[in-house]
Amino acid sequence: MAELVIEDLVVTFGHRHRAFNAVDGVSLTVPHGTIVGLVGESGSGKSTVARTVAGLQRATSGRITLDGDDLLRTRGVDRRRRARDVQMIFQDPYSSLNPRMTVGETIEEALTTHGDLDGRRRAASVRELLDLVRLKPAVAGQYPSQISGGMRQRVAIARCLAVRPRLIVADEITSALDASVQGAVLNLIRDLQRELELSMIFITHNLAAVRYIADTTVVMSRGRVVEHGDSEEIVANPRQPYTRALVSAIPRIEHAGTDHLLRFADEEGLR
Amino acid sequence: MTNRRSGPPKRRSGPPRQPMAIIAVCMLGVLVLLAVFAPVLWGEEAVAADPDAIALPPSGEHPLGTDKLGRDILLRTLVATRLSLVMAVAATLMGGCIGLALGALPAVLGTRAQRWFASVISTWLAFPVLLVAMLTVILLGPGTTTAVVALALTMTPSFARLAQTLSSRVGGSEYLAAARMLGVSRRRQFTRYVLPNIAEPVIVNVTTSIGGGLLALSSLSFLGVGVQPPDFDWGRLLSEGFGQVYNSPVAAIGPGVAVVFAGLAFSMLGESLAAQLRNREHGRALPPRRLGPAPVAERPARTPAETERAETEAAPLLDVDGLSVSFPGPDGWIRPVQDVSFRILPGEIVGVVGESGSGKSVTMMSIAQLAPAGAAVTARRLRFDGEDLTGRTPAEAGRVLGTRVGVVFQDSLTALNPALRVGTQLAEIPRVHGGAGRAKAHEMAVRALDDVRIPDAARRAQQFPHEFSGGMRQRALIAMSQIGSPSLIIADEPTTALDVTVQRRVLALLRRECAESGAAAIVVSHDVAVLAELCGRLLVMYAGRIVEDVDIALLATPERLAHPYTRALAASLPDLGTDRTKPLVTIPGEPPDLSRPVTGCAFAARCAFATDDCRTEVPVLTEHRHGGRVACRHPQDAMATDAAPGREEVGA
Amino acid sequence: MTRSTSATGRRHGGNRWLLFLLRRTGRMLVAMWVIVTVAFLVLRMAGGDPVRSALGATADESVVQARREQLGLNDPLIVQYFDYLTGLFRGDLGVSIITGRSVTELVSHRLPATLELAGLAFLVVLLVAVPVGLGIAVITQGNRRRGAETAFTGVTAFIAAIPEYLLGVLLVIVFAITLHALPVAGRTGPASYLMPVIALSVSAAASVSRIARIEALNTLKDDYVRTARSKRLPAWMVYFRHALPNMLTATLTIGGTLLGAMIAGSVLVEQVFNWPGLGMAFVGAITTKDYGIVQGLALVYAAIILVVNLLIDLVLSLLDRRTSLLETS
Repeated sequence: MAELVIEDLVVTFGHRHRAFNAVDGVSLTVPHGTIVGLVGESGSGKSTVARTVAGLQRATSGRITLDGDDLLRTRGVDRRRRARDVQMIFQDPYSSLNPRMTVGETIEEALTTHGDLDGRRRAASVRELLDLVRLKPAVAGQYPSQISGGMRQRVAIARCLAVRPRLIVADEITSALDASVQGAVLNLIRDLQRELELSMIFITHNLAAVRYIADTTVVMSRGRVVEHGDSEEIVANPRQPYTRALVSAIPRIEHAGTDHLLRFADEEGLR
Repeated sequence: MTNRRSGPPKRRSGPPRQPMAIIAVCMLGVLVLLAVFAPVLWGEEAVAADPDAIALPPSGEHPLGTDKLGRDILLRTLVATRLSLVMAVAATLMGGCIGLALGALPAVLGTRAQRWFASVISTWLAFPVLLVAMLTVILLGPGTTTAVVALALTMTPSFARLAQTLSSRVGGSEYLAAARMLGVSRRRQFTRYVLPNIAEPVIVNVTTSIGGGLLALSSLSFLGVGVQPPDFDWGRLLSEGFGQVYNSPVAAIGPGVAVVFAGLAFSMLGESLAAQLRNREHGRALPPRRLGPAPVAERPARTPAETERAETEAAPLLDVDGLSVSFPGPDGWIRPVQDVSFRILPGEIVGVVGESGSGKSVTMMSIAQLAPAGAAVTARRLRFDGEDLTGRTPAEAGRVLGTRVGVVFQDSLTALNPALRVGTQLAEIPRVHGGAGRAKAHEMAVRALDDVRIPDAARRAQQFPHEFSGGMRQRALIAMSQIGSPSLIIADEPTTALDVTVQRRVLALLRRECAESGAAAIVVSHDVAVLAELCGRLLVMYAGRIVEDVDIALLATPERLAHPYTRALAASLPDLGTDRTKPLVTIPGEPPDLSRPVTGCAFAARCAFATDDCRTEVPVLTEHRHGGRVACRHPQDAMATDAAPGREEVGA
Repeated sequence: MTRSTSATGRRHGGNRWLLFLLRRTGRMLVAMWVIVTVAFLVLRMAGGDPVRSALGATADESVVQARREQLGLNDPLIVQYFDYLTGLFRGDLGVSIITGRSVTELVSHRLPATLELAGLAFLVVLLVAVPVGLGIAVITQGNRRRGAETAFTGVTAFIAAIPEYLLGVLLVIVFAITLHALPVAGRTGPASYLMPVIALSVSAAASVSRIARIEALNTLKDDYVRTARSKRLPAWMVYFRHALPNMLTATLTIGGTLLGAMIAGSVLVEQVFNWPGLGMAFVGAITTKDYGIVQGLALVYAAIILVVNLLIDLVLSLLDRRTSLLETS
């Protein structure tokens, strides 16, 4: 596993006078075997950072290195080697799996692209990977449309693990799932991270989820890093006003049956 | 993990059963037989001139008469089938292949290639069909091959555009991005990802186009630039027949009928292929007479305790009893909502929580008389403000509700009409229901926008929805639900797409609006925490039924909640105080598939406390000691101490 | 004060719209230039001497040479191309190889007849197809009235399979030859318009109404239609004010490509009814191999289609502001 270093990353969208920096000078480090949480609201640039690290988006300037290998200089680099650097897990498991390939074929493809296993070993590896994400071997014969959202997301995780990447980028992987399934996926990610010592960027808008799963957390707003530090500490004692606003806006079950919202309406001058 | 759709795939793809498909196949069969055998049987006769039978009118011997050289027109029409069909099929396949390559390849070639190909296709599309055909004729000289090439060239760009549209969807998809990231080769991306995902609509389109190609080829021949004598296709025969239309109109009608017959055969085949695909994707619902009457909730008469409560309680604003919603499905009725009963008191804010497929939105939309077309809504009792809504059509019931029920929808971008100004969309309500004039209604709209704290409301009222931010659109929707001064607001996931800070402002606004106007509200959400802050009471829905109806304050003390599902729901999501060293509590398994009937308690399969009774009999929603209602044989609130809501999974 | 802010808002929107207009016009001009060039090259690349093949094998060599000189065919290709382009800018569409007469003059005589025919037919198509499509969609939504749906699909498929010229021939046989109710051919008065317009519009109307029905069904499923219902507006308002504009955008987008087919159809229909439009001249020029006229008329046809497509785009952008604004942003 590897250390990812992002230095002064800038990603610009649009041209000339309409240009704006979706990511505006972001620097962060993902140490070996840790999960770094990236939180922010829509438009904060967190997903753009993820896509740039994954090679799906061109950077305007800055450096991204993985154990010293420059990830932005891709010319002439073998696609298979690149694939072993970074893999991404997407938000929507309904669109991240090819509807025309079975679960087994999807995972097998990831395996065969990276090493010529014979048929029997391949089938065994597929079973192992499915077991790793707590799926039954029978799932291998099914198409994505035949399984539920939570199961699909597990398949996407298995596909990603098949490549044994040095870094995993997880982009809002629980937000498309039902409440009763989200927890199980978070548990799985945590267990896998401990078992396999994964390095991971975990992107989400959910502060509670990031607090639970990430070792350190980076808060982004409008393309910049607002605050970073220990996950628990950031939520418990946010230093920046933006982070404080974010933390205080999270609806809480403890407020059940109180006039908390009306008081907020008064403070905000909504009344 | 339970696999909710095990067994063979649900969709059957047997032989086509629609009458249209059968007719199309028969018609094509006739054409193919003619194409194969007609030239063999009558080929010589059709070209043999007979100086004794020149331009004869129809007779027993020559049903369609003869042409200027005395050849039988019927035989010529039959013999021409082969050439006409071969040309049309060849041209369409040629165009289809070139179009597919031009349109679909760029999806795996990167953005620059995509842009380049796109501009080639759009310029090609701008080329008038006629011009392409004529230029080809000029370049290659008139003849059969020319006509085929010309037609292929004119068809190519529209196939390319179709392939491009479809493949750009694949090209932008996350599964292709994932494949690229995995290092899958471009060839494999194209053959395993792009082609299989666009093949079906392309095939349908190509099939339908063969008919159009046939017409176009006959037009070319009709103009004299297609097939040249001595060869003949239907268009050529038509043009010859048109020459003698005054003497013998039938001479033109014969080949004309052939053209229409073949064109119709291909377009019907394409149509039924498309229908087949649609049905395989969504399943073809049974027609009403095979479905039988819509299911009605059956339940014994009310218990004495309940009747008593009904009498002592204040008159409810909304009284729902035994509401069921069913949709026609491929194997019978699909029942997303079954036997739902609840009441809303004036001024009360009630939350409805459930996962996707729990039926929460369908329930509320049915009550608002906005169920999708095709839904069958039944209820033992459905009263709003004392008025009975049962036994009326949704439109009539909607008129009864009038502006007394305001609805806030989930996705504010799609819920507002993109083609109308926001102010206009608000002003409609006072215009139609309040009889307000244009100026007065507009003024009311501006005031309503101002009320929900949209800055510079007068200017904003003139703008279109896409010019608003997401939070502002959601506030405009709240303003729209308020403008008719409703006594009940139904909000369906009003903050789901919003950021937390925006969400809180919208929730506070909704709460304030209700507090000030005294309106009651039903707020539907998948997020129990959102409802905790906003509502006074909570209805928990699972698999189409209400499983618990409870005072919201109990959420703060989850051990007092009764239904295992509610308890798990409240505990399963991490909050800001969750112990990071332990795994999260989770509910094993997945919600059931409601397209099949579920026996017993729908939650039983995921429940640690389920007994055999639970799996056979549906628990009834009854009064419970926590002051609300529960549908469970083994409520957990009393056993809070010995069940010890630990960190283990609630299920087995 | 509020008035002035709203005015700036509109001006801002107007600017973007102007930008959109310029962009679309520019794109059209590029397409036009490509078409001009291709047409020019194809006619020069066609085998043999166009003048010789137009005037016939018996024509005197000196006549052929004189005509070649007059047409500039003896100049180098690049000079011919340049002359041709400058001519186009002056409105000179070239001359007939056979008669030497100006194509521009021919067009000015014949264009009105074609525009009348195609314009009327296009209007008829929209006025018939869109309401029919919407109406059928309204009564068959949610999989109701399967019978009506099947009947509609069957009937329109049948009508759409009848080529324009065949319908024209049938009309002539029935109304002119058998019933003597309408003039057989020519453009002689209001009654003479009836059959050509019907022949040209019927099958197009059938295909467009199918498109319109599918678009209307999609539109009726859209959330904003449900929103309109939630406001308890009268049914006509839901359908005409909320659904119609949105369904029109999609229908017109597809219908625009149909226009090309209608122009092509007009050539055939003109042929059947001996209609004194461009199509008659076009077909005549092709049969006599007068490529001077063919080239000039082809450009006119191309220009008509491009201009109408541009107009449709503009109407669309007015109906749905998002298209124009997304285009420029």
